[in-house]
Amino acid sequence: MVGFNLLIFVSLAYVGFLFLVAFWGDRQARTGHGGWLRAPIIYTLSLSIYCTAWTFYGAVGYAARSGLEFVTIYLGPTLVMVGWWWVLRKLVRIGRAQRITSIADLISSRYGKSNLLGVLVTLLAVIGTTPYIALQLQSVVLSFSVFAQQGGEGLADPEATAFWVAVGLAAFTVLFGTRNLDANERHHGVVTAIAVEAVVKLVALLAVGIFVVWGVSGGPADIVRTIEASPIDRWDLQGPRWATMIFLSAAAFLTLPRMFQVLVVENVDEKQLATASWAFPFYMFLMSLFVVPIAVVGLEILPDGNPDLFVLTVPLHFEQGGLAMLTFLGGFSSATSMVIVAAIALSTMVSNHIVMPIWLSARSGGAAMSGDVRQVVLLSRRMSIAGVLGLGWLYYHLSGGSEALASIGLISFAGVAQVLPSMIGGLFWRGATRVGAALGLTVGFAVWAYALFLPSFGDAGMMTARVLAEGPWGIGWLRPQAFFGVEGMDPVVHAIFWSMVLNTGCFVLGSLLSFPRPIERLQGAQFVNVFEHSRTAQGWTRGNAESEDLLVMAQRIMGASQAQALFQEESARQGKDGYLPDTTPDFLRILERELSGSVGAATAHAMVGQIVGGAAVSVDDLMAVADETQQILEYSSQLEAKSEELARTARQLQEANEKLTSLSIQKDAFLSQISHELRTPMTSIRAFSEILKEGEMAVEDTRKYSGIIQDEAIRLTRLLDDLLDLSVLEAGQVTLNVQSGNLTDVLDRAVSAASTVRDGRPLSIKRTPSREDVALRTDTDRLAQVFINLIANASKYCDSAKPRLAISVVEQGGRRHVDFVDNGTGIPPESQVVIFEKFSRLSDQQKAGGAGLGLAICREIMSKLGGGITYLPGQGGAAFRVTLPL
Amino acid sequence: MGKQVLLIEDEPNIIEAISFILSRDGWSVATHANGETAMDAVHRHAPDALVLDVMLPGRSGYDILQDLRANPATADIPVLMLTARGQKKDREVADRLGATRFMTKPFSNAEVLTVLREITGGG
Repeated sequence: MVGFNLLIFVSLAYVGFLFLVAFWGDRQARTGHGGWLRAPIIYTLSLSIYCTAWTFYGAVGYAARSGLEFVTIYLGPTLVMVGWWWVLRKLVRIGRAQRITSIADLISSRYGKSNLLGVLVTLLAVIGTTPYIALQLQSVVLSFSVFAQQGGEGLADPEATAFWVAVGLAAFTVLFGTRNLDANERHHGVVTAIAVEAVVKLVALLAVGIFVVWGVSGGPADIVRTIEASPIDRWDLQGPRWATMIFLSAAAFLTLPRMFQVLVVENVDEKQLATASWAFPFYMFLMSLFVVPIAVVGLEILPDGNPDLFVLTVPLHFEQGGLAMLTFLGGFSSATSMVIVAAIALSTMVSNHIVMPIWLSARSGGAAMSGDVRQVVLLSRRMSIAGVLGLGWLYYHLSGGSEALASIGLISFAGVAQVLPSMIGGLFWRGATRVGAALGLTVGFAVWAYALFLPSFGDAGMMTARVLAEGPWGIGWLRPQAFFGVEGMDPVVHAIFWSMVLNTGCFVLGSLLSFPRPIERLQGAQFVNVFEHSRTAQGWTRGNAESEDLLVMAQRIMGASQAQALFQEESARQGKDGYLPDTTPDFLRILERELSGSVGAATAHAMVGQIVGGAAVSVDDLMAVADETQQILEYSSQLEAKSEELARTARQLQEANEKLTSLSIQKDAFLSQISHELRTPMTSIRAFSEILKEGEMAVEDTRKYSGIIQDEAIRLTRLLDDLLDLSVLEAGQVTLNVQSGNLTDVLDRAVSAASTVRDGRPLSIKRTPSREDVALRTDTDRLAQVFINLIANASKYCDSAKPRLAISVVEQGGRRHVDFVDNGTGIPPESQVVIFEKFSRLSDQQKAGGAGLGLAICREIMSKLGGGITYLPGQGGAAFRVTLPL
Repeated sequence: MGKQVLLIEDEPNIIEAISFILSRDGWSVATHANGETAMDAVHRHAPDALVLDVMLPGRSGYDILQDLRANPATADIPVLMLTARGQKKDREVADRLGATRFMTKPFSNAEVLTVLREITGGG
């Protein structure tokens, strides 16, 4: 006999094991060893979260009550999987092309990035999923109590058990579901753990089945006789109900938030679908293989037992402690994996469509000014996960763990299935509009709530027996289970029929009667023709967006290095240097898509819109997606490629021209500059030497004046040195003294050599020694010269009251960079182009004490060393990035 | 007490040199180093002559000269412009804007004194 304490121990050990698996999976993916994570089999196994505790335990109960009808729950998904080519393939392609993060995001994105729809679907999903989570908690509590009863004692406090299970699941989900903001919203650790759980529950159910067939009965033939003798065999097939159930489970398979998460969001490769299309139905076949044998044997030996727990009570009846334990873990796996994925999916939706929009609009400063968005997003996800599980527990607590919960599975399915018309319509019908989708969703949801959800609470709820029998206020045709007086339908079939008919009707009518906004047309075309539009239409007209503002915002959402890489890549594609590409429509579209991976399409669109401003879609863009112009487009695509090439060349020319113009102005200023730089110290030298020559001076005055002469002579010398240094570097005649060294030493040397006090304000320097331990093979003296220059510049020009300089080492794209970022006002964009040119000192003479040659020398040195130096915009203060030589 | 001269210049060493030369010659010298507030300094000191550098922080000497000539209260103050750039067009600009005299750095101490005496009417 299994002791209750042993059970607790085993479940905790199992949970610990899952933690390890998830942690390991995460690490594999992170360190780039996760190739096997893309294996179709992992994907297939992760789909098994469709089989929750409701199917693990409930299928047997279902069979005991209604015979083979339980099969419908598996037939729906099987149809969807087998027909993957038509719907799933399109969904997955769209999901990847548009960086869809959830089902709410899909609907919102399809209908013009409408946040209203996002909120609607999110609410619907939360209301539909909460009872389901409660159901999972109940199944865990029930299975615990079965063991407790066996041990002679009842489960002391089922509510407490449910509470702690919910807390544990929340912790697991927060830990592995929100470790970071993946731009693709994928969770490798979680998927790995779920795949393991999928195996556990399958093995458990098969083990019980084999035990029942060969251990209890005398083999297959004996079981068939038992089945024929049992009442299960006598239930007849009800056509309409079967059809409805198959439709419902197929719809739910597509629209359940957790299924959408694993099917679409976590999908990394379309090939996974091809395998899953036969492997997952096979998995479900195995899951259902022994359901009937277990049911009939259960009914025979435990006629008074709860059929929902036969999977557990039959092995216990035969004193098979180990087997029962395995079954318990199977049920536990089914419950936990469902809850974890559902919580991740719901928290993404709640956070992206409800919390973030509210937070962003509350911060009137706009997206660029809104602080570290990543932290806010993560926090809101974590809060949402806790909130979702809290709701599930509350529902369980309020419904008192009653029998009523058992039927909630189908009710829940029917609720989320209301998204189906908008989803399928959105995928295949260009004419579907936001108004239609909103109408359909609202009406379908209302009918579902009125005809199915509220009556499920029984007399305790709003739907008393009287309302059910006579309709509200005695209005007969509004009876919740007999609309328009059509009686005799099964309540579930009735509710699904009417909600779907009215939902679809309103959706179609609303779409036909309303006029889509431009952005809806655009998104509609991209969704419906996803396979044709590999090059998607443009979403933004060229605005006067400030590239730097966009970079600041992107850094806060995607993280600094990812955002910089994206901007740099785009700059390079446009043929420009640096990190600030032109804000072409193409670039805005790419940026928005990247951002939507983190915060959802609607929010990303709103954030980019805040910065870019103005209407997003022009008439030209619309023309581009209209069917009529499709052919012309194809003809002109070659021309387009050419004109793009031309545009790129023009951009390069324009940039070169700008540079030349400003260089020529500088050349002009050069003589004037050099004259000024030489004459100023000479003025002091001449004036004081004349004074000294006249004699008759006090000793201290003499000393003071000769001191000035000396200082100015040194200044002149330094200027000439710099000029010579630069011309030698430019002429390429410099000999490099290459030696081995360490970055730490070079930085140490530079920091102590650079003067860091100006006007009595010391510059405080922040370094990260742990990252500086980098071996170098270069001319370390020259490198130190560059560092000294940058530190001295920060000390001279940083205009903060408490000047600070952060020196950090970053690795990006296989190269190591040393970033020097101060906390002053930085360098305005128009000047960023010229600071590396000679004599391009930006401020006045007095402050600088140099001739404006420092950065020009730095640039020459770094290019000689095989590295580089660039200005890094969008860091708050002035920021220079030194790319170390390889 | 000699005549008062106001020196508007931002290089500390040059301020020191000119102040020394002038005060030794009997002038009373006031100095100011900022271009932006130079006009206020002129009104405050009401000097007999002005020594004005061209490259000043905040505002150029040319702009200040223009303002001086436009204001009746200061239009007649003799101004000696100093510049370290000394190209032909710099001198032309100074003449056009109404500089009394123009000198290129580095200058001879004696010449500065002579010129100042001339433009303030002997002394």
